Amino acid sequence: MNTQEPGMTLIVKTITRLTVGLILLFGIYIVSHGHISPGGGFAGGVIIALSFIHIMLAFGKEAAFKRINQKAASFFESLGAIMFLTIAILGMVSGYFFLNFGMKGEPFELFSAGTMPLSNIAIAFKVGSGLFMIVVILVLLKIDKKEEEK
Amino acid sequence: MTNHLLPLFVIIPLASAFVNSLLGKRIKGFSDIISSIATLFLAVISVYSVFLIKDSGMIVYKVGGWAPPIGISMVMDGLTSFMLVTVNVIAFFISIYSINYMEKYTEKWNFYCLFLLMIAGMNGVVISGDMFNLYVFLEIAAISSYALVAFGTEHEGLEASFKYAVMGTVASSFILLGIVFLYSFTSTLNMADMSMEIARKGASCIVLLASVLFLMGFGLKSALVPFHAWLPDAHPSAPAPISAMLSGVLIKSLGIYALIRIFFSVLGAEPKILSIMMVLGVLSMMVGVILAIGQWDLKRLLAYHSISQVGYIILGIGLGTPLGILGGLFHLLNHSVFKSLLFLNSGAVEYAVGTRDLEKMGGLREKMGVTANTSLIASMSIAGIPPFNGFWSKMIIIAACVEAGHFAFAFCAVIGSILTLASFMKVQRYAFFGELKSTLNQIKEAPFFMKLSMIVLAVICVAGGLLLLPDVSKVFLGPARDAVLAGSEYAKDVFAALR
Repeated sequence: MNTQEPGMTLIVKTITRLTVGLILLFGIYIVSHGHISPGGGFAGGVIIALSFIHIMLAFGKEAAFKRINQKAASFFESLGAIMFLTIAILGMVSGYFFLNFGMKGEPFELFSAGTMPLSNIAIAFKVGSGLFMIVVILVLLKIDKKEEEK
Repeated sequence: MTNHLLPLFVIIPLASAFVNSLLGKRIKGFSDIISSIATLFLAVISVYSVFLIKDSGMIVYKVGGWAPPIGISMVMDGLTSFMLVTVNVIAFFISIYSINYMEKYTEKWNFYCLFLLMIAGMNGVVISGDMFNLYVFLEIAAISSYALVAFGTEHEGLEASFKYAVMGTVASSFILLGIVFLYSFTSTLNMADMSMEIARKGASCIVLLASVLFLMGFGLKSALVPFHAWLPDAHPSAPAPISAMLSGVLIKSLGIYALIRIFFSVLGAEPKILSIMMVLGVLSMMVGVILAIGQWDLKRLLAYHSISQVGYIILGIGLGTPLGILGGLFHLLNHSVFKSLLFLNSGAVEYAVGTRDLEKMGGLREKMGVTANTSLIASMSIAGIPPFNGFWSKMIIIAACVEAGHFAFAFCAVIGSILTLASFMKVQRYAFFGELKSTLNQIKEAPFFMKLSMIVLAVICVAGGLLLLPDVSKVFLGPARDAVLAGSEYAKDVFAALR
């Protein structure tokens, strides 16, 4: 149908343009409030990844790669894992592996609960970029198969 | 007193795995160096842990400072340190072997990343004192092994990996279901606490159901005979270091160790379950070796022998007597040494000749002296010829069978050993002895690091029998056997070590 432009129809593109920023923002909200409200690093990371996948579905893969390419996603994935491990090892320095040092949790306080917000951010990096990479690989494999058929 | 040694067994491989994936691509040779250093360090601290256990008895580590049964614990006793030595020493030699072997593959850093993740998973399974944590680490090790089997991305590897992934996932589901039932019964996930609860509540159908689920799940992971179908496909199609790792230590730490830990320490050694284990062991022993004789693919033949040797280990442990357990554990260690060595040999042959078909080889002894001699030593060890290590452990297992009055099992073990000898005579005859084929005139011996790790493993094969000397056995094998025999004393020891 639309041979000139990659991606879906005008309606989908317009709606995506309006919502994608909100989805990303919501993901960041879920991650940063993970320790005081439902949600956390995993759920927030999935939502952040979904915002990029959304762009990929609506505008085609090139548009998504312009924002975050595979190298960067792979880098963030390893970085997230190392961050998480580093936080755990820092706990070991002050007593036990994975010890939650620092301040105690306060209800409705964003800056509380010691290492937990940091761990949430690390997990969000790991899960978000990991999920994005999985979808990218599925997309690329499908293209390869089509080329073979031709 | 807190001992920070225990979490290091998980931290080091995890950290080096992710540093590898971050920097391995950018700096040439970085992944070789960091993986070798990490595995060397792991091997050293695992050997050190043996002496630590001898001095201080059981060590319990509270992760995050939360005491069990609320928090997650890491527990190290004789059996744990025995398994850690087995896993990490073998992993070190396989890691330095891979420096040369993996040259022919692209993306070496990805290989090392997955390899170290697998070690992290195995160490985690061995060191964990928490039922659900054991499951999580088991999945880490299993999933990285699925990816590693397909690392060559050839047709055969992908197919085997898919089959392995399906079967492995079925096994994991059984294990998870078993854990769920036990959790619903005891309301705790800590192994020591669970063991006490089960002892307090007495026998129940739920525990029996969970035992059957565990037997199926871990039986599938350790490739006991009715559940063995994935192994002869998955092990040969992986790259040689990974075949060595899978056959040498993965099926032992994920399958056999978990079986021992759950059935002896948590559920208490039930005679019914033990007799099932013995029967399965004898069945695997015979079926594995009979299927192995007919194989012409070198690595496939070795894979079938893994099934057979796992049968010996399970038979020894299923006897439940001190001598039987000692034999089973000793055979576990020996098998991981000589089977890794044999797979590394097959890798060296494949590296030089480019085939795994025994009919296309011949007379390799002339060109590949080190590979031929080390494989001769390993073959004699696995066949149980004195004075190599395999002889001593098989002898103990057979003696334990006779002592316990199971003459039929002892007879089967002898027959299995003779058939093993027959099939390895075939390997030696077709691959290394005989006339050198004219097509093979150009081949060269394997590079330095491959030779080095093969030679050291062969030396361990020769010297392995020394572990039975009373003074050495008191430090290494003895505590492992006592930890298994302690049974439900495990729970009391854990809570005593906490105080």
